[in-house]
Amino acid sequence: MFFWSIVLILIGIYSSYIFGQSRIKKLVYSTNLKPKSQYNYHAQYVLSWCLLPALIVYFSWAVFEEQIIQNLILDSFEYVEGAAYDDGLLLAEIRNVANNTDFSEGKSQEIINAASQYKSLKLTSEISFYISIIIIMVLGSLYAVRKINIQFNAQDTIEKYIKYILIFCSSIAVLTTIGIIFSLIFESFRFFSQVSIFEFLFSTEWYPFIPIREGQAAAEGSFGAVPIFAGTFLIMIVAMCVAAPIGLLTAIYLSEYASQKVRKTVKPLLEILAGIPTIVYGFFAFVTVAPFVKSFGQSIGIDASPTSALAAGLVMGVMIIPFISSLSDDVINSVPQSLREGSLGIGANKAETIKKVILPAALPGIVGAFLLAISRAIGETMIVVVAAGTAANLTANPFENVTTVTVQIVVALIGDQEFDNPRTLSAFALGLVLFVITLSLNVLALRIVKKYRERYE
Amino acid sequence: MVDNNNTKILAKDVDVFYSEKQALNKISMDIKEKEVTALIGPSGCGKSTFLRCINRMNDLIEICKVSGSIKVDNEEIISSSTDVVSLRSKIGMVFQKPNPFPKSIFDNVAYGPSIHGLADTKSDLENIVITSLKKAGLYNEVKDRLNEPGTSLSGGQQQRLCIARAIAVNPEIILMDEPCSALDPIATAIIEELIDELRLNYTIIIVTHSMQQAARVSQKTCFFHLGELIETGDTNKIFTNPDNTKTQDYITGRFG
Repeated sequence: MFFWSIVLILIGIYSSYIFGQSRIKKLVYSTNLKPKSQYNYHAQYVLSWCLLPALIVYFSWAVFEEQIIQNLILDSFEYVEGAAYDDGLLLAEIRNVANNTDFSEGKSQEIINAASQYKSLKLTSEISFYISIIIIMVLGSLYAVRKINIQFNAQDTIEKYIKYILIFCSSIAVLTTIGIIFSLIFESFRFFSQVSIFEFLFSTEWYPFIPIREGQAAAEGSFGAVPIFAGTFLIMIVAMCVAAPIGLLTAIYLSEYASQKVRKTVKPLLEILAGIPTIVYGFFAFVTVAPFVKSFGQSIGIDASPTSALAAGLVMGVMIIPFISSLSDDVINSVPQSLREGSLGIGANKAETIKKVILPAALPGIVGAFLLAISRAIGETMIVVVAAGTAANLTANPFENVTTVTVQIVVALIGDQEFDNPRTLSAFALGLVLFVITLSLNVLALRIVKKYRERYE
Repeated sequence: MVDNNNTKILAKDVDVFYSEKQALNKISMDIKEKEVTALIGPSGCGKSTFLRCINRMNDLIEICKVSGSIKVDNEEIISSSTDVVSLRSKIGMVFQKPNPFPKSIFDNVAYGPSIHGLADTKSDLENIVITSLKKAGLYNEVKDRLNEPGTSLSGGQQQRLCIARAIAVNPEIILMDEPCSALDPIATAIIEELIDELRLNYTIIIVTHSMQQAARVSQKTCFFHLGELIETGDTNKIFTNPDNTKTQDYITGRFG
């Protein structure tokens, strides 16, 4: 269906365009007047009336077809008395039989009947799809062509349509965000109906275990998220201790000291660092850095665990260096040359110029880069899963195992779990808090940036 | 007018290349102490390039190569052994667009003196800042708001702030690269008056596109064309009775 409907729509696009163009040309020829809009706008007008309704039909078919067919099948299915049915399994079986992908013998008669009904419904649907899409395209084009005349301002109309399309596209992102927030909130409510919100926010014990069978001895788990957020925070601090100075100094070197040639080579190399899949960093952290941290810890008399906050944080720091250096480099570069010249012209040397003029001027952007890197560090999962462990320790000792919000979300959602117990639902509550934290970070960043803008622009 | 024969800057056979392209060709001139020298000429003639040779600002441009000799107070400055930092503290510069730092008015002016360690105490620094602002004719307008950002001033005030900033390090020479091209006529008139006052203490070289401005503020005028110095002499003479027909054509508006 996909291929032929695309062909059909392409044919519709082409012919409606030609149709509209020839129509307005004919009008111009017969009346000998100058049209208000150019030919191609009239043609585009007809085209949009042909294409947009057709697309609406296409997508509504794609969304609703299967649903409607399933309902019809289930409605007319000859249920056998006394047998247990699962709608999902049943439909899957019917579909397999209909598509000849189920070769097991001995299907019951009612399944075979339903399968043939399914096939015929599919066929009807397909035929009516093609017919309705052709009718819609023809009707749309005819309507548009009737509206065309010398006085008609097709250009303005097209502009209006384009505006609507743009509004539609940009609202998709916004609506998706709102949808995500609401699903987070609703699932979190379900979690908080089972676990007290105070326990979640203030308790320091995280044992997300639930009895698997009724009356099992391993009773209630406890859901205090403090150690998780503490772990996240600890790893973020370690990562920023690595990435902030190195990234910023790299940016200063690249933008102020390096020659064009060096800059052109080093910057892409750094950006490759940003392209490495994070799981690869995870291997690196686990195989190379974690043992090093462990032996280093032992050499200074601290008992380090094989996976530690320090190992994960160090590698995560390396991972976000390119974010900080690349963004800060852009920011420093966009400080006007006139400020550099002004400072150097007074007899300041390069270091003084950078320290006292360039960095203050670039500060809002650098703060923005740091906060972006922080939210990246908070949201990072794979390195921590591999290198920091999953034990929810409340500790400030970076040589110990810690865990982070994202890791606990992964742990909560792994496995065959129903979304009805606090263990899985805790993922949504954690996600909600994470979302609130990153949101406030972003708001804070924006406010800092705005404050400096007001002062310096 | 104080007539003097003390040469402050002596340029000899200065060539400047941007990569392969020659921007200045064998420029030789001498610039007298405590006079205003105007550099005029059509766009792209090299007058700004020459100005930026004097405080080695062209060093910032990787592809720019300067050769020849420029002596300031008899000291060669086109040489790798020149102390650029002390050279630039001796030669202030004011740019085409006002470029106050993103700092307070006070800090803008205090920047140079504190870098060069000109003030031992805080009150010394305050004195320098206030004197410089007074010399730049800005003090009365900003004395109540020295802590506001320099960028909050109007364009003409910003340019005078930049002049105060340049004066604060006690230079002997001030280079001005079209200092009024971004300003309205009133702000321009104020700056021109200021230049006239500053002439008593400083040697000033000003690049300008406005021939009226050159005639109003300068004692000597140099006319550049296509990277060559066509004519140089007393401003009065250049504007009334130039030797060269190209100069004549330019100042009467026949080209450029």
